[in-house]
Amino acid sequence: MRAGDPADLVLRGATVLDPAAGIEGIHDVVIRAGTIAELATPGAASDDGAESIDAAGLHAFPAFFDPHVHLRVPGHEHKEDIETGTRAAAAGGYCGVLAMANTEPPVSTSADVEALRGAASERASVPVGFLATVTRDMAGEELTEMAELREAGAVGFSDDGLPIANARVMRRALQYQRLCGGTIALHEEDPELSGDGVMHEGPVSAVLGLAGIPAVSESTMIARDAALAAYEDGRIHVQHLSAVESVDAVRAARAAGVQISCEASPHHLCLTDEEVRSLDPARFKMNPPLRSEADRQALIEGLRDGTIDCVATDHAPHAAEEKEVPFEQAAMGVTGLETAFAALHTDLVLPGVLDLGLVVERMGGGAEPFGLERPSLAPGSAANVVLCDLGAEWTVGEEGYESRSHNSWCAGRTLTGRVLMTVAAGQVAYRLRSFSLGVAS
Amino acid sequence: MRHLLSIEQLSRGEIDAILARAESFAEVGRRDIKKVPTLRGRTVVSLFYEASTRTSSSFELAAKRLSADLVSVKAAGSAVDKGESLKDTVATLSAYDPAAIVIRHPYAGAAQMVAGWADAAVVNAGDGKHEHPSQALLDVFTLQRRLDTLEGKRIWIVGDVLHSRVARSNLIAFRAMGAEVTLCGPPTLIPRGIEQLGCEVSHSLDGLDEADVVYVLRMQNERMRESFVPSLREYAARFQIDSRRLGPRQLLMHPGPVNRGVELSGEVIDSPQSLITEQVASGLVVRMAILYELLAARGERPAPAAGDVVESPAPIGQPA
Repeated sequence: MRAGDPADLVLRGATVLDPAAGIEGIHDVVIRAGTIAELATPGAASDDGAESIDAAGLHAFPAFFDPHVHLRVPGHEHKEDIETGTRAAAAGGYCGVLAMANTEPPVSTSADVEALRGAASERASVPVGFLATVTRDMAGEELTEMAELREAGAVGFSDDGLPIANARVMRRALQYQRLCGGTIALHEEDPELSGDGVMHEGPVSAVLGLAGIPAVSESTMIARDAALAAYEDGRIHVQHLSAVESVDAVRAARAAGVQISCEASPHHLCLTDEEVRSLDPARFKMNPPLRSEADRQALIEGLRDGTIDCVATDHAPHAAEEKEVPFEQAAMGVTGLETAFAALHTDLVLPGVLDLGLVVERMGGGAEPFGLERPSLAPGSAANVVLCDLGAEWTVGEEGYESRSHNSWCAGRTLTGRVLMTVAAGQVAYRLRSFSLGVAS
Repeated sequence: MRHLLSIEQLSRGEIDAILARAESFAEVGRRDIKKVPTLRGRTVVSLFYEASTRTSSSFELAAKRLSADLVSVKAAGSAVDKGESLKDTVATLSAYDPAAIVIRHPYAGAAQMVAGWADAAVVNAGDGKHEHPSQALLDVFTLQRRLDTLEGKRIWIVGDVLHSRVARSNLIAFRAMGAEVTLCGPPTLIPRGIEQLGCEVSHSLDGLDEADVVYVLRMQNERMRESFVPSLREYAARFQIDSRRLGPRQLLMHPGPVNRGVELSGEVIDSPQSLITEQVASGLVVRMAILYELLAARGERPAPAAGDVVESPAPIGQPA
């Protein structure tokens, strides 16, 4: 992250909620020199030269952590870069993200990782962890120099965007992981079963005449890799679960003692393949695809019962011309960093489907699967705080985006709940402009 | 009706209006002078990204019969070959201020996207495996002329439903007209979940004798390479419609082009039960009716309802 002044803030009278730390109540959140100094009785904290913010009626949560974003650097800077991508993260309330390695060229050498870490230290608004590919150039054949990559600072490994189709290669990676550590994050998909599919296989794909990606394309690979991880005592993280069969497969693997964690994305938790009837690829084409209502319910249940550890956006920016084409030709992926919390709050918390506390907990759950510390509001922690107005309504895209790309799955929707300010690793990373002006007056 | 993008988006009333209008053009077709001045001075763009014989020729002839100026663009040999995007191609052609764009495209939703970019009325002449609404309308027109009504009629659609836009549009159209539809083919070629559209699914021709109409789809030669069927020989043995399987009172349809000896045997193609050439003839008048309804009927007077007698437009050179 770019070096800046450590935050000195007092968030006065905020409704503070950090379920993982057992914190719930109205406090003055005192941040001194970038550290949570105290959660004081409202009105009790002195300013001591710190900026004082009236946070009465506002919520303070531990800032979110996203283990799955595409910053598109190197090679696809027309879609996103470290600066715009981390600005989007900060605007969404995130204090840290993990960047995927499916760039051009893919992040496969220690020099790649070092260069990216250097760039992030100059340009990122929030801390960025970089994953390296499991296989050289994501070709699925030879392992990367995993140990050297770890020494260069790779947080973990992933060929995300592509599955590791070859079971022997997957097994070797898990064996080698014992030497160097680093969670292996898996895009689970059987390329033969997915074929040229562009959406979930079901009644909607049947009507639209679009080639389907069957749910078993994902779940059979999860079952395979869980079995391999059990056999090799490896540590795996399953990315973007989308189907009921997949939740069942992870649940069974956990019950059998496999070291497995997993994530679900806001769009899979909020939408179904019914949206694809619009044939709008900008908002509704991604991989894995939006699936059925039964699948969506299974993801919600998995998030609730802890089978699913965390929410991950799979923020996947694409340029307009890559999406302004017929559905089958369009690039896969949607952006999500700026809307993740607001969308979950609007679609799942407000209707009473999920507790606010559970959503906050899962929005921060993406760090621990990679051996990183979960953001916390406990005094003494580095200040990673998001301040939200849960009553604020806003229309997505109306004021533009921090991301360079506009393929938000929420584009045009009015959401309830807005991030006003984000403190990441002790620095103020984001303030909503209208909120800053309000404070200034 | 602003565009014709899919059968799914058409109301029963709009279908009836097009069919009634087509009947009036059929009358024009029996005259010596087959041209009417309706679209004189207006431009129709025909934009085909896929090979087509029937659809492109009948839309183009339909536009000419209505006296429109026609711009015909084929993907091969055009700027499309040089990598121009669909959006840019449409912007370029829109500079001619066309009244209508007729588009055939290999991908679903292309016509709908064009409708979002262009001011012209857009006609979907086939988008990927999604829809082919003018085919469904001409098939309904052909059948109504023969059977009077589709209400309560049983129609079997036999063959490669998975890869067929015709199957999808016709299923929706036949059901909208009151027919009961059965889709028949090997399980590998019937899309999962299609029965939710309100049709029966059969994996054998047992029970075909209940059908009033047997609508057979084209079976493409390359399908066995992707393991959809083990061989064309086995496919033909189980699903080919021949004179043994086709009963004497059953009508036979096929959208063309036919693979003789695969999905149909030669003798049924040429039998009196076959409506295949009538389908082609209907294609012209139905496509004239589609262009007329989109470009001329709008705002002029209420669309005719089913059973209304629609007066034929006067031929060119006579007072309209």
